[in-house]
Amino acid sequence: MTAAGPGPVIPNFGQGSACVTGNHFFCWGWVRQHWGDTLEPHLVQHVELTVIAVAIGFAIAFALALVSHRLRVLDQPIAITAGLIYTIPSVVAFEILIAYFGLSNTTVVIPLVGYSLVILYPNIVSGLRSAPPEVLEAARGMGLEPRQMLWRVEVPLALPSIIGGLRIAVVSTVAIATVASLVGDRGLGYPIFYALQLPTPFKTEIYSAGVLVVGLALGFDLVLVAARRILVRWAQ
Amino acid sequence: MISLLYDTANAHTFVDGFRFIADNPGFLAHKAMQQLELAGAALGLGAAAALPIGILLGHLHRGSTVAISASIIGRALPIVLLIAIFLTVFGIGFVNNMVALAVLATGPMLTNAYGAVEGVDRDVTDAARGMGMSGLQILTRVELPLALPLLFTGIRIAAVTVVATSPIAAIAGGGGLGAVIVNQASYRLEGVLGACYCVMALSAGVWLVLLALQRVVTPRVVHT
Repeated sequence: MTAAGPGPVIPNFGQGSACVTGNHFFCWGWVRQHWGDTLEPHLVQHVELTVIAVAIGFAIAFALALVSHRLRVLDQPIAITAGLIYTIPSVVAFEILIAYFGLSNTTVVIPLVGYSLVILYPNIVSGLRSAPPEVLEAARGMGLEPRQMLWRVEVPLALPSIIGGLRIAVVSTVAIATVASLVGDRGLGYPIFYALQLPTPFKTEIYSAGVLVVGLALGFDLVLVAARRILVRWAQ
Repeated sequence: MISLLYDTANAHTFVDGFRFIADNPGFLAHKAMQQLELAGAALGLGAAAALPIGILLGHLHRGSTVAISASIIGRALPIVLLIAIFLTVFGIGFVNNMVALAVLATGPMLTNAYGAVEGVDRDVTDAARGMGMSGLQILTRVELPLALPLLFTGIRIAAVTVVATSPIAAIAGGGGLGAVIVNQASYRLEGVLGACYCVMALSAGVWLVLLALQRVVTPRVVHT
């Protein structure tokens, strides 16, 4: 940690109102002043990292789920591998990947994708299996090919479970992406981390970025709940 | 720009990481113990807070919203933020990190404890009540034994989450293997990678041990 200076010295926060220099509980003035140069850009980065990671994670998890839906023997090995990936601490994953990809988005996105698999894969698999046998029987009776059964019957019936998995995955990814601040200036973790390592941790920055990151997670969650409403009309 | 992790490496450095472990087994074991101490304390504190509430709510069949949203909110709270917030309350040190990690642990434990007890077949508890058991007896003799597998799943998820997350506590004086990982200036990249391998082994080890333990304590018929 940085050596503690005398008194509450808070560098780089402009002239500093009495609130800021005194490091009071929350300074609205600082938030207004630094929304454009600190909070907003990090929020945008955070959204980008989350969307990219979950999109790639979903594509991989869906492909794996389709494979193990046909070849059941692969289900356990895939689930255990995903579980093992989840035990790799994010700091460790970043550190090792930096050695290959440097301080880049790739370094951050790969672990986020890996962690999303452990949530998405089981949800998609159990969703695909949730089609009642009678329904499958009826579909087969109507002359649907296996491929048609998958896309017209099994996938639509799996939607609630898939969206349930996506909700958890997105919320977790938003949270884990804060650790990406250890890989340079990325995401909302950075302002928090920056304010944290100051000689006197700067409260306003920690709280405002914190509210944004938690709000972002809940915002994504609401979007997915709305998507579920629209896509899964038949369930109501 | 501040960044704790920065260096790029080649294949040799990855091998050197293992060499670092071979050269400094005592040092890394000491750091690993610190890590487990912090994780264990956080898990204990989280369990003490979450399990009674989850079990009670499940027993009373109340508060499903609280119990279920606990897991979503628990996941939405980033550890970096929790550490930063508790730092402004407790200052730098063990207590701050322990409380921050304990908050992470409560989500899965509360939700699973609630689900485990709440999900016990009503017919079974009704039968127990018909036999003249009191509420406490039903809880300790019927519901808890039946809830054990799912309860244990919650503890396992929380334990792995806490162990795998605890190295981050090093950004706020957390010590342990994390302190090596974020201090490349002192330990160089091979030391950092060596500590990384140890953390991976530690959290994968905790996961496997608890998975095995769960198999042992769970009656065969209720394996999930």
